[in-house]
Amino acid sequence: MRIGLFATCLGDTLFPEAVKSTAVLLARLGHDVVFPPEQTCCGQMHVNTGYQREPVPLVRNFAEQFGDPSIEAVVMPSGSCAGSVRHQHEIVAERYGDAGLRTGVAAVKAKTYELSEFLVDVLGVTDVGAYFPHRVTYHPTCHSLRMLRVGEKPLRLLRAVDGIRLVELPEAEACCGFGGTFAVKNAATSSAMLRDKMDHIAGTGAEVCTAGDSSCLMHIGGGLSRLRSGTRTLHLAQILNSTRTSPHVLAEAAR
Amino acid sequence: MSSPTGPPTSGTFLGMPAVPPRSPYGTGHLRGARRFPEAAHDELGNEQLRRNLGRATRSIRAKRLDATGELPDWEQLRDAGAAIKADTMNRLPELLEQLERKVAEHGGTVHWARDGVEANEIVARLVKDTGNDAVLKVKSMATQEIGLNEHLESEGITAYETDLAELIVQLAGDQPSHILVPAIHRNRDEIREIFLKEIPGIDPGLDTVPAHLAAAARAYLREKFMTTRVAVSGANFGIAETGTLSVVESEGNGRMCLTLPETLITVMGIEKVLPRFEDLEVFLQLLPRSSTGERMNPYTSMWTGVTPGDGPQDFHLVLLDNGRTAALADRIGRAALHCIRCSACLNVCPVYERTGGHAYGSVYPGPIGAVLTPQLAGMHGADHDPNSSLPYASSLCGACFDACPVKIDIPSLLVELRHQHTEESGTTAEGLAMKAAAAVMKRPKLFTAAQRTAGLGRVLAGRNGTFSRLPAPFNGWSDSRDTPAPPAQSFRSWLASAEGAAAMRAAAAEGTRHPDDDAPEGS
Repeated sequence: MRIGLFATCLGDTLFPEAVKSTAVLLARLGHDVVFPPEQTCCGQMHVNTGYQREPVPLVRNFAEQFGDPSIEAVVMPSGSCAGSVRHQHEIVAERYGDAGLRTGVAAVKAKTYELSEFLVDVLGVTDVGAYFPHRVTYHPTCHSLRMLRVGEKPLRLLRAVDGIRLVELPEAEACCGFGGTFAVKNAATSSAMLRDKMDHIAGTGAEVCTAGDSSCLMHIGGGLSRLRSGTRTLHLAQILNSTRTSPHVLAEAAR
Repeated sequence: MSSPTGPPTSGTFLGMPAVPPRSPYGTGHLRGARRFPEAAHDELGNEQLRRNLGRATRSIRAKRLDATGELPDWEQLRDAGAAIKADTMNRLPELLEQLERKVAEHGGTVHWARDGVEANEIVARLVKDTGNDAVLKVKSMATQEIGLNEHLESEGITAYETDLAELIVQLAGDQPSHILVPAIHRNRDEIREIFLKEIPGIDPGLDTVPAHLAAAARAYLREKFMTTRVAVSGANFGIAETGTLSVVESEGNGRMCLTLPETLITVMGIEKVLPRFEDLEVFLQLLPRSSTGERMNPYTSMWTGVTPGDGPQDFHLVLLDNGRTAALADRIGRAALHCIRCSACLNVCPVYERTGGHAYGSVYPGPIGAVLTPQLAGMHGADHDPNSSLPYASSLCGACFDACPVKIDIPSLLVELRHQHTEESGTTAEGLAMKAAAAVMKRPKLFTAAQRTAGLGRVLAGRNGTFSRLPAPFNGWSDSRDTPAPPAQSFRSWLASAEGAAAMRAAAAEGTRHPDDDAPEGS
């Protein structure tokens, strides 16, 4: 399958390891991974903060970069960016775009997937040949859970990982408090939500907290680092791309 | 299709297109004194409040999941509720006139109030006409919204709240903090203190056993029920087809107020009308299961005008607009009018659970309050209008949408209201920053250059390659979170490098081997 990889602006700039793992994993599964070089950002931050005119060029660029019909699927290691492409791009195009943009957005939306749903729903795999001999807890991010409805898919992938010890996170479905600019505009409320999430993570005794969104992991990881909790965050793609021949070596957690 | 905020397209051009005048906004308790982040900051410091709320919302959440999960057709019920509400809003004027006609046919009198001020005046005049100076109150959001009790007091009329939680709030001189459980922010010890201080002749040995606290309130209220001749209620539903009004409740105190007095005055928001009596089949399942987690609420009262010799012989219905027509004019925002005040969204909201209801500054707190309040009362009534901060009081986690019995897509409404806010705000520092960010991101070359610059910022990072202090407006973030320094190499530069190309080639080589190639012989 010819897959267009969307790195996401955050992944490309701040968390390239998660994107590298996504690219290598998909290639390792036998697919042709292409990276449209002019891609930048889906515009989610703008829309969620109340700005819909400013991201019009970003939405247009996304549709153009991935509009190539030879690209059969657009895959990204982020539930919230996939949610933005699938739910918000048409709102922006409807309001401030032209007919061409509306058509382009609809075409790209139909083939856009977050990594775990692409693996399970489209490729039909749960065992990707991964090996990760560590104690792991999984935080389902809000947009993957309630916007994309990925449900158990990430957990099915994790359960098939060789050597993993998966521990359930209490009150897993509660938001970590990130919410993009919410964490800046309502920092105190966001911190209170983060504190409860970190308490639950600490209770699992996991070495690694994983999720499908680098943004939420940046938030949770930033808090865990401040507390020197001993638990580190790692994107789901990095666990799935860890193999016996090329295992992921855990970085020292802040203590 | 016309633009959502623009004027409707018309076949004939008649000069400058004009946006039709917006209906007036509502009055009353629909705007706080402070913006949400500041108010929330103080509430977050109240550990007692956090414990009370955490315990209460967790227990209601679990009950609601049991009560909704056991119904095989719960999702179809939600769809039916949403469809009936959409139909109602699409023909609200005709349904209200039908309701008026039916109520009048059955001996009731209907009054129309454009806003809270008018509704308050109507109710005070009706009470005075009876020659009484006290009224019983059935728990009602509409009368809280318009500040009826305060107005009656200014007219020399005493209002006695009869819902237990509402009574606690009234005796404490407090404000409700939850739609269904107005005293959710109080625990038993606090309630005991309030009763000891405010109920005349109470047993000074009162303890904190819930049954004893309820008995103390009961003794106090019974005397009011037997001696007060006028009652004021809200309404959960008003049936256009029959003119029937309905109140659902748990305690039976509402039933007392609706049956014992001589005069009953019901204040109903105009969005509470339902087309047909049979629509109650849907809503009497949706409401109790969503609000209290019960299969059925203990008391469902229904009355149609006046029944000679049975119940109040003088019945008045006050139909309250108070900003609802303004909300109805918003193609997207109007979905907030579908709300049946169950409060399920409050109980599942991680923001509400931590800040409580007072931080929202309105009688409607939580997720639904954050979309309903700005629509009823506007977001630009003052400089830095506190209401303009409400659409941002959410991480957009979506738990409210899943819990809503009539499927109001609250996260999408929040995003829509944020957009309306930025559109009306003119030039702001944030707006300029957003423009600048988009200007960089829409030019791939600039974006790549910005990534390189960001990568250079790593030299400024402290221990563990993180930033522990960031300047405003990010200082709130960095108070409790480290921020990773940008790595030396972005993904795209790695992919373009020899190392990246080699890694992708190696992965592709592995991918071209058929998985069965590795399978042992004969398996």
